[in-house]
Amino acid sequence: MTVGLFIPCYVDQFYPGAAIATLQLLEKLGVNVVYPANQTCCGQPMANSGFEHLTGGCNELFIKNFAEFDYIVAPSGSCVLHIKHHIHDEKQPEKAASVSHKIYELTSFLTDVLKVTSLPAKFPHKVGMHQSCHGQRGLHLSQMTELVAPYYSKPGSLLNMVEGIELIELNRADECCGFGGTFCVAEEAVSVKMGKDRVADHLKHGAEYITGVDMSCLMHMEGILNRQGSKVKILHIAEILNGGPLNP
Amino acid sequence: MSQNITTHTDKKLPLQGAGGADHAALADIFNKDEDRVNWHDETLWWIRAKRDLSVHKIPEWEALRDTASAIKNNVLSNLNSYLQQFEANAQANGIVIHWAADGAEHNAIVHSLIKKHNVTRMVKSKSMLTEELHLNEYLAENGIDVIDSDLGERIVQLAKEPPSHIVLPCIHKKKEEIGELFHQFLGTPAGNADPQFLTETARHHLRETFLSRKVALTGVNFAIAETGEFVVCTNEGNADMGAHLSDIHIASMGIEKIIPERKHLGVFLRLLTRSATGQPITTYSSHFSKPRDGQEMHIIIVDNGRTVQLGREDFRNSLKCIRCGACMNTCPVYRRSGGHSYHNAISGPIGAILAPNLDMEKYADLPFASTLCGSCSNVCPVKIDIHDQLYKWRQVIVQNGYAPTAKKLSMQAMATTLASPFAYHMAGKAGRLVMKYAPFALNNKLNPWYKQRDMPKPPDESFGEWYKKNRKAP
Ligand code: SF4
Repeated sequence: MTVGLFIPCYVDQFYPGAAIATLQLLEKLGVNVVYPANQTCCGQPMANSGFEHLTGGCNELFIKNFAEFDYIVAPSGSCVLHIKHHIHDEKQPEKAASVSHKIYELTSFLTDVLKVTSLPAKFPHKVGMHQSCHGQRGLHLSQMTELVAPYYSKPGSLLNMVEGIELIELNRADECCGFGGTFCVAEEAVSVKMGKDRVADHLKHGAEYITGVDMSCLMHMEGILNRQGSKVKILHIAEILNGGPLNP
Repeated sequence: MSQNITTHTDKKLPLQGAGGADHAALADIFNKDEDRVNWHDETLWWIRAKRDLSVHKIPEWEALRDTASAIKNNVLSNLNSYLQQFEANAQANGIVIHWAADGAEHNAIVHSLIKKHNVTRMVKSKSMLTEELHLNEYLAENGIDVIDSDLGERIVQLAKEPPSHIVLPCIHKKKEEIGELFHQFLGTPAGNADPQFLTETARHHLRETFLSRKVALTGVNFAIAETGEFVVCTNEGNADMGAHLSDIHIASMGIEKIIPERKHLGVFLRLLTRSATGQPITTYSSHFSKPRDGQEMHIIIVDNGRTVQLGREDFRNSLKCIRCGACMNTCPVYRRSGGHSYHNAISGPIGAILAPNLDMEKYADLPFASTLCGSCSNVCPVKIDIHDQLYKWRQVIVQNGYAPTAKKLSMQAMATTLASPFAYHMAGKAGRLVMKYAPFALNNKLNPWYKQRDMPKPPDESFGEWYKKNRKAP
């Protein structure tokens, strides 16, 4: 099995640590991972802004980079959801469809495909888990509080395999943090207020770290934490599952 | 434009005119008072929590939602025949049926009925439709005095504001502000904000209204094709009081309010208030099937853009809405921007997918007033795919040319860069791509990211660069 690693543009540029952890973690689990050098972006920033018609170039490039792999894995629920729901290419519809079927968000790949039951990781800290909406409600990574259905959490079950970790409870288990792609600047006031409230819920319950499956939500919350001068850190879930942040 | 929301001028009008403030600007004003935002958010979250408690007591909840959605699918596919069946049965019961293509027709019918009876006053209850059609302003211009008899509606009417929520019209008002309004208009002592006392006062004030108004207008929650009757759901009983004491009862309903059979009602009544407030059922679910002796009963069946929406395949599901308000209570954006920021009679997520159908230019901002978190679709008792429709409206609005030019240009630049690995890597090196184009480039004057958030610290190298050094190229 060969996995094509998709690293979303802003993770590539701003959070290489999350990408490195994703790669190392998959390798540790015995997966043959390849990172196609010519990848860029899933096209979601345009599509969610109403410019889906401009994503043709991104779609074509994505298919070119990833169509050959058995699986495609990305450390981002939001980008995966976009590819799953919106990638299309009139010239090669079957390839577009196969890409959307083969792509997995990292934690669902670990639980559903690799069926991981233990991890060689230790992280003795109090950690708040932010349920990013696109991963949770879009990809069903965990049960949603609005629905009357049994509880489960793919990222939660993985975090519980980490030695020493203490996951905190939140008052609002799955409220949106307000990032929302271009929403975070187009609706600055509401976005920031949502982010402040989300962060406050974690702080109130004693989080030392806030983690999640989407670096974009975490980037937004990190921006708020840093502005507030907080010592609480954000870490992508891959970094925790890989045993903590990299020591450069 | 910005004053409208804070000073509330004389007219009860939408807060945005042509070229007026959009959702983001109005939300920005609302957010100037963080304590109020906190209070608004917590009040509505409390209602959402009550909803969760009550629906989790019903193991068959999701099956009920599926059933309701399926009944509404049937209705939307056979709307004309159900409406005709309803009309025939209602007429057989002695109800007069009127058809109105739009607000102007509807309002003229109401006016003519009032004129015919030679009165100048009307009492009204439970009708968001008449808000949508601006009936109150129209009647005021024609010298008719309308009193909204539901407490929340009455409060916003006294404040000369539109409702900010379809079920909780004055949820944006604190009790102290309500006390002040009552002091000003109903003569209660200054500084008394005791909810019990204020409710009592309103009740006395409205009792006089019920006894002296000959014409009563109510909304319609459900119209049953099989029997020709309609059902009005209220907690205060004002609709009943108004309707029973009047000589003429007018009911205004949108064409989508129809349900096929009486037995279907049970599904919707179980869903409606549990979704709205967590109550098992409304205090009053009143069936009106025929006028009492000596009374006239009229139903005005209104289209006002609904058939257009029915014809928009991607958006027709929005007509399933039973107006429970759950999508507003759960919406993290609504809770922190307030209902008035939607500058439309129906606010929140459902308003944001209904409004562009009525006027795409004026409401072009609303589908963007969302993070697409999807909570609205999950709480919706009739399973409207609200957040997917918000996404689709964005595409339609841009395709129709209602996107700002700056946004268009930056999106084009971004699309070009991201379609080319070479350009992407150059841009990334030159200043970290995301900082250059997205999402920060949408506003060049100020950086709205940086206002209240720190920027991420750019690392020494991108992952791509790290990979090249540390792993063999594939
Ligand atoms: S869209 Fe659904 S949740 Fe929102 S008001 Fe209508 S029925 Fe209720």
